[in-house]
Amino acid sequence: MRNTQDTQSIFELSKPGRRAARLPECDVPECSLRELLPAKMVADAPPALPELSEPAIVRHFVNLSTLNMSVDTHFYPLGSCTMKYNPKRNERAAAMPGFADLHPYQPEDTLQGMLQMLYEMQETLQEISGLDACSLQPAAGAHGELTALLVAAAYFRDIGEVRTKVLVPDNAHGTNPASAAMAGFESVTVKTTVDGFVDLSDLAAKLDDQVAVFMITNPSTLGLFEPNMRTVADEVHAHGGLIYLDGANMNAILGITRPGDWSPGKGGADMQHYNPHKTFSGPHGGGGPGAGPICVTKKLAPYLPVPVVVREARVARREALENDVKDNNSRPAPHDSQLFRYSLDFDQPKTIGRVRAFFGNVGVLLRAYAYIRTHGPDGLRRVSENAVLNANYLLSRVAHFLPVPQGRRCMHEFVASASQLKRDKNIAAMDIAKRLLDYGYHAPTVYFPLTVPEAMMIEPTESESKETLDAFTEVLFRITEEDADLLHDAPHTTAVSRPDEVRAARQPVLTYSAE
Amino acid sequence: MNPEQLLFAKTHEWIAVAEEDGTKIATLGLSAFAIEALTDLVYIDLPAVGRKVEAEQPFCEVESVKAVSDIYAPVEGEVIAVNDALPNALETLGDDPYDAGWIAKIKITDEAGLNNLLDHAAYQKQCNEEAH
Repeated sequence: MRNTQDTQSIFELSKPGRRAARLPECDVPECSLRELLPAKMVADAPPALPELSEPAIVRHFVNLSTLNMSVDTHFYPLGSCTMKYNPKRNERAAAMPGFADLHPYQPEDTLQGMLQMLYEMQETLQEISGLDACSLQPAAGAHGELTALLVAAAYFRDIGEVRTKVLVPDNAHGTNPASAAMAGFESVTVKTTVDGFVDLSDLAAKLDDQVAVFMITNPSTLGLFEPNMRTVADEVHAHGGLIYLDGANMNAILGITRPGDWSPGKGGADMQHYNPHKTFSGPHGGGGPGAGPICVTKKLAPYLPVPVVVREARVARREALENDVKDNNSRPAPHDSQLFRYSLDFDQPKTIGRVRAFFGNVGVLLRAYAYIRTHGPDGLRRVSENAVLNANYLLSRVAHFLPVPQGRRCMHEFVASASQLKRDKNIAAMDIAKRLLDYGYHAPTVYFPLTVPEAMMIEPTESESKETLDAFTEVLFRITEEDADLLHDAPHTTAVSRPDEVRAARQPVLTYSAE
Repeated sequence: MNPEQLLFAKTHEWIAVAEEDGTKIATLGLSAFAIEALTDLVYIDLPAVGRKVEAEQPFCEVESVKAVSDIYAPVEGEVIAVNDALPNALETLGDDPYDAGWIAKIKITDEAGLNNLLDHAAYQKQCNEEAH
């Protein structure tokens, strides 16, 4: 049975005087804060914190956690977010004391393991993207976009070109135009065709010598691979612009195609970000910490944020060691740490500077590193193949009762439309999404991309079995046959039923007041 | 106003043109189709009176629980009035899109943009295509 009394607000559970721990009498002289700090730094009264016993606190949070949906408890086909399973071995790797207990101000010589991991992560991400340099610093995907656009701006400034515009297709993630604006560019929308591809004539009309960057999500938010990618890249490059790949959908193409190769002989993407929490199975934390590493071509490398992790060969040691091994075959080959020294390089005169403290959010990077090394190159390719296979299987079943306007095939996700149901039965995408919660499924992404009316963006990921996909399809179908009134009030079984989204947006209550 | 007598932009604004003292004034709002597609509205950002606008360029925006959408000026001109009642009564946009739901009045300085507008029948056709 669900425990509801312990999922009240923690303030409502508070009883004066309750404590989780009681400390012994202080055995050193006590000194008032007011004597130690200037008066203006000391609050008039202590904050009104809730007072609870330890079991009450634990029950409160554990019971709250059972109201949650997560990939560990439910199928979670949230399109664009790539809610794949997060292997527990990643957690073990990230929790190893050699990583978890480091202090960023430790001397570099005592951080060699961490720095080696970060260096290898840079190299690996470069290899997967087909690009030349990497920064692990950005703290999230959108931060990666912003960082890359600042790199592009620094590059154009350095070569003496004034470029003011960033082109973004109309089905892009909203973060793209937002990042462009944050980086000081004007964002210009490029239309897509009814098939969901970049409208080449609209691109041609908007391309000029003011265009700094064309930001493209490929595979797109419709789950389609852009068939004109090469033409798009060549056209943008011919006008002196750069191609930015929004790497949100890298899960579909790992080991199959590399953004840097998209126009053979002429380059492809010049910059991209990764979302390690999507592509490389990092946890999707409640607001963070995330990571959004970026890769760029050689000509953009000097502008990357500092620090970058670099490796130098311990040359003298290496030769000595190798000779040693030759002389004595019973000795093991030299260890990496005997051959190389890793360090943080701040000496980049053209850098845009720092974008994040220390080495970035290494916890997420570590999990991604563990995932990449677990799979290896062939395994990563199989990840993408299975992600695409699962999505196409689901598409082929769902399209019978929820039309998929763009295409009979997809990459890692597809966008169905509840448009006809809306017209015929007054059942909207939102109603279906809410009702899915009653059946124990997380909802797909709805109303995105905006180019598809009543959009339902479904991404099963490679983690799911055929049985799960079949069961989901059957529930989805059953919902489309249900009574519209029942759906309008759904969900019926969750702790919180349908929230008033308009009121939440217009009159948000952002702080809890104990009074 | 009867929507069949209005002009429509491809970006879903309706426009009524009237002549006052020799200058042409465009009154603008959002079509019933657009309001329906936006679903529940939460915010409108009205332009400042006196703002110069360009044809087919965004000049204010409306936000729903789904997304923020730009509102485009159909013609070049200057904003001479805005419907101040709207921000606190967004339901007006849906309840009465072609009268009380007007958004802004623009003094037209270049009529060229009017040539790109659709009549009601052509606009309905576009809406039917978009809904599929």
